[in-house]
Amino acid sequence: MSEALLSVDGLQKHFPVTKGLLKRQVGAVKAVDGISFEVRKGETLGVVGESGCGKTTTGRLITRLIEPTGGKIVFEGRDISHMSQGKLRPLRRDVQMIFQDPYSSLNPRHTVGAIVGAPFRIQGVQTEHGVKRAVQDILALVGLNPEHYNRYPHEFSGGQRQRIGIARTLALKPKLIVADEPVSALDVSIQAQVVNLLEDLQNELDLTYVVIAHDLSVVRHISDRVAVMYLGKIVELADQKDLYKSPMHPYTNALLSAVPIPDVKGRQGRERIRLQGDVPSPLNPPPACRFHTRCWKAQEICKQVEPPLVELATGHEVACHFPENAPAKGDAPAEAGATA
Amino acid sequence: MVTYIIRRLIAAVLMLVIVSIATFSIFFVIPRAAGVTASDFANRYVGVKGATAETVKATAEKLGFYDPLVVQYGRWVKGIVAGSEFDTGVDVEHCPAPCFGYSFITKQPVWPDLLDRLPVTLSLAVGASVIWLVTGVATGVLSALRRGSIFDRGAMTVALAGVSLPIFFTGIVSLVFFSYKFGITAPGGSYTPITENPAEWAYDLILPWITLAFLLSAAYARLTRAGMLETMSEDYIRTARAKGLREPRVIVKHGLRAALTPIVTIFGLDLGLLLGGAILTETTFSLNGIGKYGVHAIAVGDLPQILGVTTVATFFVVFANLAVDLLYAVVDPRVRLG
Amino acid sequence: MTDEHFLDVKDLRIHFPTDDGLVKSVDGLSFHLERGKTLGIVGESGSGKSVTSLGILGLHKGGHAKISGEIWLDGEELVSASLDHVRSLRGKKMAMIFQDPLSSMHPYYSVGDQIVEAYRVHNKVTKQVARKHAIDMLDRVGIPQPERRFDSYPHEFSGGMRQRAMIAMALVNNPDLLIADEPTTALDVTVQAQILDLMRDLQRDFNAALIIITHDLGVVAELSDDILVMYGGKAIEYGTGADIFERPEHPYTWGLLGSMPRLDREPTERLLPIKGSPPSLINVPSGCAFHPRCAFEPRTHGKGKSEVPELIESEGGHLVRCHLTRDERRAIWETEIKPNLEATL
Ligand SMILES: Nc1ncnc2c1ncn2[C@@H]1O[C@H](COP(=O)(O)OP(=O)(O)OP(=O)(O)O)[C@@H](O)[C@H]1O
Ligand SMILES: Nc1ncnc2c1ncn2[C@@H]1O[C@H](COP(=O)(O)OP(=O)(O)OP(=O)(O)O)[C@@H](O)[C@H]1O
Ligand code: SF4
Ligand code: SF4
Ligand SMILES: [Mg+2]
Ligand SMILES: [Mg+2]
Repeated sequence: MSEALLSVDGLQKHFPVTKGLLKRQVGAVKAVDGISFEVRKGETLGVVGESGCGKTTTGRLITRLIEPTGGKIVFEGRDISHMSQGKLRPLRRDVQMIFQDPYSSLNPRHTVGAIVGAPFRIQGVQTEHGVKRAVQDILALVGLNPEHYNRYPHEFSGGQRQRIGIARTLALKPKLIVADEPVSALDVSIQAQVVNLLEDLQNELDLTYVVIAHDLSVVRHISDRVAVMYLGKIVELADQKDLYKSPMHPYTNALLSAVPIPDVKGRQGRERIRLQGDVPSPLNPPPACRFHTRCWKAQEICKQVEPPLVELATGHEVACHFPENAPAKGDAPAEAGATA
Repeated sequence: MVTYIIRRLIAAVLMLVIVSIATFSIFFVIPRAAGVTASDFANRYVGVKGATAETVKATAEKLGFYDPLVVQYGRWVKGIVAGSEFDTGVDVEHCPAPCFGYSFITKQPVWPDLLDRLPVTLSLAVGASVIWLVTGVATGVLSALRRGSIFDRGAMTVALAGVSLPIFFTGIVSLVFFSYKFGITAPGGSYTPITENPAEWAYDLILPWITLAFLLSAAYARLTRAGMLETMSEDYIRTARAKGLREPRVIVKHGLRAALTPIVTIFGLDLGLLLGGAILTETTFSLNGIGKYGVHAIAVGDLPQILGVTTVATFFVVFANLAVDLLYAVVDPRVRLG
Repeated sequence: MTDEHFLDVKDLRIHFPTDDGLVKSVDGLSFHLERGKTLGIVGESGSGKSVTSLGILGLHKGGHAKISGEIWLDGEELVSASLDHVRSLRGKKMAMIFQDPLSSMHPYYSVGDQIVEAYRVHNKVTKQVARKHAIDMLDRVGIPQPERRFDSYPHEFSGGMRQRAMIAMALVNNPDLLIADEPTTALDVTVQAQILDLMRDLQRDFNAALIIITHDLGVVAELSDDILVMYGGKAIEYGTGADIFERPEHPYTWGLLGSMPRLDREPTERLLPIKGSPPSLINVPSGCAFHPRCAFEPRTHGKGKSEVPELIESEGGHLVRCHLTRDERRAIWETEIKPNLEATL
């Protein structure tokens, strides 16, 4: 197993909720509430979950666009949790973020060359044959015509704009790229182009990705390991194959079963799990297991004791008192004994 | 909703207190600081001619001009809410609440004067605001629905003129034409209370109304047009049409309803500004309203009158804003939660 | 008269004159639908799906749009009908559900009042009667405590509940035709599944004809009997669910299937995207609108670039718009496309 590039321990981000003229704090949105995971060199970690579960916040935390309320973020052995903006500067080269909206994340008044070349100028990086040449190389790399150097974003289609966004993040040869919903604003046929591009770049440049998305199929396709989030917590974390073949957390099961399948053959026969209601507000999440209000397996203990995230099979961590598909007692690794 | 109303009420009362302190300071504290003495104030009452130093001093003492300012402020406020007593030396005169004191010049209590003139200003304000709301909103709606048409372009050109032309200009021009040349409207300077003869009341006021309303309806037409253009392209308008509603209902109940919200807000602010407009209009048309009274008071430096006018005006502005805030909550349910 | 369909759209064209030129949003579209059946319309952004659905409801009437063709609904022609007549059918005989339930409901009126309004446009009843009816409807679409929720405002509802309320509003007059334009795109997967179930159940109960518009092939597959694939304002393939998913014959449909990662199959090594991007509707590519992106264009010997292909029946109501012959298409599907889609199966 390769070493961890990034590791996160008990990470929290609470956004204060204020009221009235005096901005009295009346509560907090626990957008991310104690999550731990690591990202290994060269892998793709997928993060899935429904709207508002804290995916974007997680991405912004690990790129240190925002400061955590609690917990630790360690990048290449250095604790960056509360590092000052000045000290973070070198980190900004190594960790880059791709945003969902290819329209609003590019400055409409700058040329493609200026946008993609900006990181060089900001970081004061010298390039062998000049910035222009370096930018054109990157444009070619993401499948854009290097002659587009002097064009403006509005002259490009959605998919091409997302390529520009990707090119910009690649300029400084980052080690880690956090992609927040990189394809969800794009048409199906264009999504596939961008997914393939991300995969090709990973192979060529030896990149490590954290891909955040709500589309379970896209995440499965692109990820090596997958974390499932629910209301600010990770409820399941496993290798992609294990997670999709034998999901253990009831929520993961429900999510997978909810995805409509583009096939007319088996549609009557498929067994479905249907959750009741919507995701509760992160302002006031249910106590103990946050999923108990919608879980069909919930018992008394679920409302009282929060299930910890424990490894039930090799590399397969789950936070549930009554997991599905759980291996027989003997197969589980030693730590699993700590449950209950 | 109840807590919302209570919060608004408290804010309104606070506002009144703050503004009353500010006005009082402007007319009493700042002159003091600038070297105007208590005797100078008293002098105004006694009159310049034939006043001995003693009479002035006695008057100043009697009126409490030597008291600390806080006490004077307290007395002034008490006068307004509870009325006050004045010992004129001959006998004790009672000035019932709300008492704004006595004019320097006429020696008459200020409040009855104000009360006399209030109906004129209110008539002017209410009539004008009805006209400007109706014409402004209607023009705006029609312009928005026929965007780019001749009507739209014409209306918006007139509106632009309306926003930029000063009242005394439009007022005088309309007086010259409608009253003197064609004789279809009252020549100005006359006022008949509505209780006596409503038709006469309206006839006397129609020209001032239109002049004042013209300025504001122009602004409202532009505002309404912009608001309607925006709301009519909202998704919920499409939903309303998909339900099978008739177009007028879609426009009024769904489109205009939403477009009116910002207009309600501006209306509250404009009721305050209206006083400024009233001064000009009343002067132009020689109407004996609060505005003209205030202008005269300032011209002769009659402090109690000025204070009275200012306070009454403040009260109306605060009251109008309170009414608008409450109206706003009725109009937009999303406001109530906040 | 035996082949009269409940809904029959014939050669529908909806063009918008703009400053940049004529936008041919819908350009010669034909399809039909029976009561109790579901038609899925799929296509990429800008392919004309929403314009088609608004066109059926007559919502482009009276605007700048140039509309031609025929829309027969239950024996009545709607394109030539008066605006007022079409208006009287809206909400009663045909109703619509929109994509974003928050922006599609009026923020200033309670959810209940909006449903009552929809009912009272077409029924001369008192407010009390309509209110009872609306509450029944809210209950029917699975809103808990409907009496209490009646007076809530849209912003007080969650996304899923709002869409339920929209459905209640659309169904309150028991319409014969229901058009759902991206009804679940704004929702989370688990909520999407609830709404799709609800629509399926209600459609059966009401025996309505349902048109579901989406760009998600999964969603169409869940609900549809027939599927229409649109590209650049035209139908390029039209057939049953089985036709489209098991024996698709159009290169664009193949492209869509190859672009989608799927949960029901072993993951393929790579996705097989369509190159390029969707066409402009003002300067539509010559010949086959898909030809700049089509991998099989060379096999039509230049016809793809010069001649607009007709929508031709392949077999048993399965229609395809492509210059390749039926045998060529079938051979390509069986030998070149299908094996790749299931590469590691
Ligand atoms: N700056 C902020 N201030 C207050 N609350 C915030 C802020 N940013 C996010 N939140 C709240 O935190 C929660 C998690 O938000 P986040 O954007 O991380 O969710 P997400 O999983 O990315 O959802 P989506 O799929 O909708 O993008 C939400 O309830 C959101 O409203
Ligand atoms: N009123 C209009 N005036 C001019 N062009 C229009 C108008 N309405 C739609 N169009 C154009 O018609 C084309 C088709 O639009 P439509 O909304 O039907 O696409 P769609 O298939 O529903 O796409 P999406 O998946 O993005 O909703 C678009 O290019 C759009 O810009
Ligand atoms: S802990 Fe209980 S409530 Fe939570 S997911 Fe497991 S079974 Fe369900
Ligand atoms: S007609 Fe030609 S270009 Fe068009 S889809 Fe068929 S093969 Fe491709
Ligand atoms: Mg997000
Ligand atoms: Mg659409």
